Amino acid sequence: MKKYKAVVIGVSAGGMKVLTKLLSMLPENFSLPVMIVQHLHPSQSDFYIRHFNEKCALTVKEADEKEKIQSGYVYFAPPNYHLLIEEDRSFSLSCDEKVNFSRPSVDVLFESAVDVYHSDLIGIILTGANNDGAYGLQLIKNNGGLTLVQNPSEAESAVMPQAAIAAGGADDILSAEEIGNLLIRLDKKQQTPVYS
Amino acid sequence: MTDNEIEKIEIDLFLEAVFRRYGYDFTHYAKASIRRRVRNFLQKTGYTRVSEMIPEVLYNESFFANLVFDFSVTVTEMFRDPDFFLSVRNMIFPYLRTYPFIKIWQAGCATGEEVYSLAILMTEAGLYEKSTVFATDFNDPALKKAKEGIYPIKNVKDFTANYQKAGGNLSFAKYYHAQYDSVIMDKYLKQRITFANHNLATDGVFGEMHLILCRNVLIYFDRELQNRVLSLFKDSLIHKGFLCLGTKESLQFSDVCDDFKLIDAKNKIYQKKF
Repeated sequence: MKKYKAVVIGVSAGGMKVLTKLLSMLPENFSLPVMIVQHLHPSQSDFYIRHFNEKCALTVKEADEKEKIQSGYVYFAPPNYHLLIEEDRSFSLSCDEKVNFSRPSVDVLFESAVDVYHSDLIGIILTGANNDGAYGLQLIKNNGGLTLVQNPSEAESAVMPQAAIAAGGADDILSAEEIGNLLIRLDKKQQTPVYS
Repeated sequence: MTDNEIEKIEIDLFLEAVFRRYGYDFTHYAKASIRRRVRNFLQKTGYTRVSEMIPEVLYNESFFANLVFDFSVTVTEMFRDPDFFLSVRNMIFPYLRTYPFIKIWQAGCATGEEVYSLAILMTEAGLYEKSTVFATDFNDPALKKAKEGIYPIKNVKDFTANYQKAGGNLSFAKYYHAQYDSVIMDKYLKQRITFANHNLATDGVFGEMHLILCRNVLIYFDRELQNRVLSLFKDSLIHKGFLCLGTKESLQFSDVCDDFKLIDAKNKIYQKKF
């Protein structure tokens, strides 16, 4: 059976609401580490982290450089830094130039996640007002990972989901709730021991 | 073996070639970001494989010069993290004021935005005249830009906003002169700055500093190189000297952790213990 090792999410304008919904669905024993790039103001305070921690059964934090990626955690790219994943499954941060006018950029995270997790990766694009993440999602799909896009008709801002779909990177187009349920189901299934 | 694994070999060989041919050591850089830079550079050159660049970099020095520029420029802005500069003003300057002269090292100054921010801050505090500021980088074209102090005028709006958030209450316009679509930093700000080439990965200790700023440089290094550089900083600081890192960098888990006291956790300002 296919075994996923991590979830990466890209989200921009309108992200607070849909992330609150999605993250609050994940149960305490959800085993896949979740890594999120949300476009925020560069000097954003850590209010959003406290907000998500209140709503989510998992531990939510900004990723620190060289921090080991662990199960049971939801990591956000710190505002004004790109977030990358190293071979030993720890985080790197960079101040490199913006990609798609964005730092952090969804594409940067997704590309480096593919380098490390290959096909064992679930990529998700939610609401947003630019096309960051379209390339990265397609890359995940091409490498055999699972790719989900929030239904543009439901998204607060449809541009980012639409761009991801247009680039041909979507395995499935779902509502936020369906995405949450699918994640829980997949995780449960791969946690259940298989007797043969 | 997958293409991805083959590419990893290619990148290792490429960085080894650069090191042995030119002495620039990128082998202890954080792998994920150096891989991004190699790929971006590859795309610009028109080659399709990283290994194709090896003979080119070995025999073509100007190819290497372009590579260094691409590999090392970090994008920065004036008064990046205004809150940090506010803290420098309020927590570090009162100490510096007590010394007859002040030596400061801005390590990894890139194109100079930060060192000019510091010069402005020191001018306003009346400390600049008794200061010597060393701004170093291993990237010569970036150093040249830093020395010129010319920036696109479109960035000035952000610079001004940051300056104000950093506690600046004068007119930011007095620090630059605008011409066409550029601004040049005022000559006065350059007076006490010495720009010099220094490579943190290979070069040695740098004078007896009262303050060292090295923000968002260590994030590009692996743990081993981070420790090398941090020891270098420790040995280059006077007792009670200050070390400022990027807001996402830390001495925690480093070799010099016990040699410093954290005095501003949010802005990562450390003071060397006596």
